[in-house]
Amino acid sequence: MEEKKATPAGLEKVIEIRNLYKSFGTFDVLKGVDLDLFKGENLVVLGKSGTGKSVLIKIIVGLLTADEGEVVVLGQHLEHISYKELLSLRLKVGFSFQASALYDSMTVGENLKFPLVRNQRSLSKAEVAKAVDEVLDAVGLLNTIDQMPSELSGGQRKRIGIARTLILRPEIMLYDEPTAGLDPITCLEINSLINEVQERFHTSSIVITHDLTCAKAVGNRIAMLLDGKFERVGRFDEVFTTSDDRVKPFYDYNFIK
Amino acid sequence: MENKAEKTNLQVKEIKPPGKLTRMFLELYEVYIFIGRFFKEAFLPPYEGKELMRQCYDIGYRSLLLISTTGFITGMVFTKQSRPSLAEFGATSWLPSLVAIALLRTLAPLLTALIAAGKVGSSIGAELGSMRVTEQIDAMEVSATNPFKFLVTTRVLASTITIPILTFYTAMIGMLGALLNVHLSEGTSATAFFQSSLESITFLDITASTVKAIIFGFTIGIVGCYQGYNSSKGTEGVGKAANAAVVIGMFLIFIEEVVSVQFFALFRT
Repeated sequence: MEEKKATPAGLEKVIEIRNLYKSFGTFDVLKGVDLDLFKGENLVVLGKSGTGKSVLIKIIVGLLTADEGEVVVLGQHLEHISYKELLSLRLKVGFSFQASALYDSMTVGENLKFPLVRNQRSLSKAEVAKAVDEVLDAVGLLNTIDQMPSELSGGQRKRIGIARTLILRPEIMLYDEPTAGLDPITCLEINSLINEVQERFHTSSIVITHDLTCAKAVGNRIAMLLDGKFERVGRFDEVFTTSDDRVKPFYDYNFIK
Repeated sequence: MENKAEKTNLQVKEIKPPGKLTRMFLELYEVYIFIGRFFKEAFLPPYEGKELMRQCYDIGYRSLLLISTTGFITGMVFTKQSRPSLAEFGATSWLPSLVAIALLRTLAPLLTALIAAGKVGSSIGAELGSMRVTEQIDAMEVSATNPFKFLVTTRVLASTITIPILTFYTAMIGMLGALLNVHLSEGTSATAFFQSSLESITFLDITASTVKAIIFGFTIGIVGCYQGYNSSKGTEGVGKAANAAVVIGMFLIFIEEVVSVQFFALFRT
């Protein structure tokens, strides 16, 4: 499998995280996380289940608040942001949920229209329909517009979930376990889709996963979350060329060494 | 390993979980905040008119069959059960008035509200609870839309608008049930029955019934939404939300009934 190109040096930072802490009760999840996302790159965040990968991106989008630390998204400090400013920031940050989170009482078309008509009320019906067609075409599911989410396969649901975030033309995409629960062929299709989204929509992305095939295929950089901190950040081979017992089993399991 | 307490030089104290009474007051405070947010969102644009109409249709139209059946049976049975007592005093001619007053003042609002608490309250609690645990509400949040306005405000408003309409519908259907019984027993005509019934109904009866139905509708909507919107713990949480929406909703409706009867009695004297 071909590894993606490394992130070129000197790019603008679109997300900056410094010294981030988050606990749930007595359980410390993030213990001083530092991370940067550069413009146009795909950054893959790897780590065991329960290490706080999803918590991290939920903090970035304002669904959770950090206990301590600094999070700067597109130049805005989340600690000092008002709710109104957070809403306009969310228009620029797309979030693709692990279980897709499609609105199950709406058709695929209505799912896609929902965020668009509420954020751009001046759009005509024809413009909304055109935007819906465009994103459905981008994810290759134009024929599902009148279907209900319950009639879709797991892979189709993931694609529609991604299309729903793309309709607002975000600058940053956050993918939470995009290949979880999918068969290998569909995983490859989702990997290609993530790369297509990066090229076609010029997005910068954080991809949360523990699927190393996905990580290698889509990640310009890999960041490994270990014991609540990013201890290994770099190219795929740099991260996994190690004798660290916390990292090696990860690689061995995924590539059946 | 460096931990957070060391990092910030803070003394970490073991936090005791709050007691039952504290939890109850915290919950009451959260309910107060939730209701406050409803009023804020309900009056501020943008308005979700289309969704409000859809919810009114769901709550109203789909409850019609159940409400019609129970309303009709209640009117008929109440009339049948009341006749022997009135007959003892030779006062069966008062039957239409008695039924009309009983239906309008208490039976119709209470019956409609209890049926709606079971059908509508549980449905709202389960639907929003399911949306919460499947991250659909979070998905609305992150797409810069306001899930509270779309999900909660519309449902509470729809319930507040629809329950009073259903209440008068129940009263009307109940009267038809009573008419059938009176007609079969005594051969009273529909004109005589309704003339006698309507003469006994006052403006205060209609006002009291409307106010009560509005309060009941608001209660059903807000309890169902609060339980569903704040549910957690997966599918177990959805079940609990639906159950709590019905139990708490019905309990509050009875409390409100007692209070409103006392309140409107002040005007009757």
